[in-house]
Amino acid sequence: MSRLRTATLVNVLLAAAALVTLFPLLWMLSASFMAPGEASWTPPPLLPAHPSFDNYRELFARGGMWRYFANSVFLSLAATLASLAFNVAAGYAFAKLRFAGRERIFRVLLGALVIPGQVAMVPLFLELKELGLVNSYGGVIVPALASIFGIFLVRQYAQSIPDELLEAARLDGASEFRIFASVVLPALKPIVVTLAVFTLLGTWNDFMWPLIVLTDKDLYTLPVALAALSREHVQDDELMMAGSVVTILPVLLVFLSLQRYYLQGLLAGSVKG
Amino acid sequence: MNRPRAAWLFAGPALAVITVFFFLPVVAALGLSFTDFDIYALADTANLRLVGLRNYVELLHRSEFWNALGNTLYFVAAGVPLSIGASLGTALLLNSPAARFRAFFRTALFAPVVTTLVAAAIVWRYLLNTRYGWLNHALGALGLPAVDWLGDPRFSMPAIILFAVWKNFGYNMIILLAGLQAIPADLYEAARIDGASAWRQFVHVTLPTLRPMLAMVAILTVAGYFQLFAEPYVMTQGGPLQSTVSVLYLMYEEGFKWWNLGSASAVAFLLFVLMFAVTAVQAAALRRRDG
Repeated sequence: MSRLRTATLVNVLLAAAALVTLFPLLWMLSASFMAPGEASWTPPPLLPAHPSFDNYRELFARGGMWRYFANSVFLSLAATLASLAFNVAAGYAFAKLRFAGRERIFRVLLGALVIPGQVAMVPLFLELKELGLVNSYGGVIVPALASIFGIFLVRQYAQSIPDELLEAARLDGASEFRIFASVVLPALKPIVVTLAVFTLLGTWNDFMWPLIVLTDKDLYTLPVALAALSREHVQDDELMMAGSVVTILPVLLVFLSLQRYYLQGLLAGSVKG
Repeated sequence: MNRPRAAWLFAGPALAVITVFFFLPVVAALGLSFTDFDIYALADTANLRLVGLRNYVELLHRSEFWNALGNTLYFVAAGVPLSIGASLGTALLLNSPAARFRAFFRTALFAPVVTTLVAAAIVWRYLLNTRYGWLNHALGALGLPAVDWLGDPRFSMPAIILFAVWKNFGYNMIILLAGLQAIPADLYEAARIDGASAWRQFVHVTLPTLRPMLAMVAILTVAGYFQLFAEPYVMTQGGPLQSTVSVLYLMYEEGFKWWNLGSASAVAFLLFVLMFAVTAVQAAALRRRDG
């Protein structure tokens, strides 16, 4: 009896919490198919009376959404691929290759994790201005090329690669690059996927830095464009909901299909404390 | 090829990028905060002058700075406990043997974390609308009066906190859930044999075992919440009556709207010092209780 009551309570509370987290997302989806003004009826309707793709058509045909979408896809893919190359190589080196000052450098990197990235933003802007990278794709990508967190994540994982495996390959006369490509990378595959998902979602969702470094509308990423659009179209609820769906849906789908890797990375990253 | 050279080829590029695009700017930020770098210096660095601590002194005399600091501390002090409370509550529910459809619930509760902050903030701006938003509609159904969430300075920060908790609690929920699953079952078994109620088991077994993890989660969450920016940028533009201007929002406006880059660097550094101090106090408190 009491056990039954507990079971009911637990599941009712879970369902209520899930309703709270999912409702805003479901309503966003529903309102994106509504006619202009429909979402501001009182009481607000749950479902569109006559669902249509008009808001999406409007966004892509006249709002320049293709451009922003393409910018976001290109920038997050480029930043992810580049940062994988930098971080995986460095993480492996910190775990398995000996070089002078390795431990000391790694301690400095770990210590620097307490510095919030925003401290660097003003000088970084001036630096990139000197390099001619302000208001360009490069300005968004360059600071994301390597991350301390990424190096840390790969190092943790790479430490589990048995030294004998690497030594055996060296005895066979394989070069260090050959060993990296044919022994290390396959062994690191799970953490590479994890880091890829993290970086992809992180750059797709990033707002403050692209907002600062991009001034040309044609270069805007989805979040920057959406923030600008929402200031222009304060009353166009349905249109903005469609814009939010276009922005959120891709990352949500990536997360759902690679959830296991993402959550593993989240847990691995949290042990650093 | 010898191994140290290979090691540098592997680690070097990442270290070079981090040095040039992170360490160098951080050091430069400190230097910049002692200058009067403004829009004239941006045009021609000959206009740049060293001003010592003037940026800091001026900031500490400006009510905007204290207002932004107060708002940020409000957001951290109320947002972090609410956020971790929600994380712990949902983690306990998910960990309960009675929970059904666990994988579904876990994904559903975590979903807001991966959504794009700007897009979710836009959705919430409509949910919080005074006239037709769902939140006031729900309050009305409970017989409560409508609240002007984003237009009344008394409610604008609570509204942003509500949104931030919704958006973020899932992250710590996953970490705490892993912590709960790692607590050995025989600890609970022993407590049950001693006749401990569910509440006493929570207080005497769950909380003490989870404490180091809770402390770590608290330190990371406090650091994250100090970096409040996009929520007010999208939902309130710092208003009404400056009630949601955060320290970072002030830095953004000071630096990239008015181009007072020297002063903006000083704001950034003050935020960093404050965050560092708070983290150090938290870590010291943790060590003392452990020692």
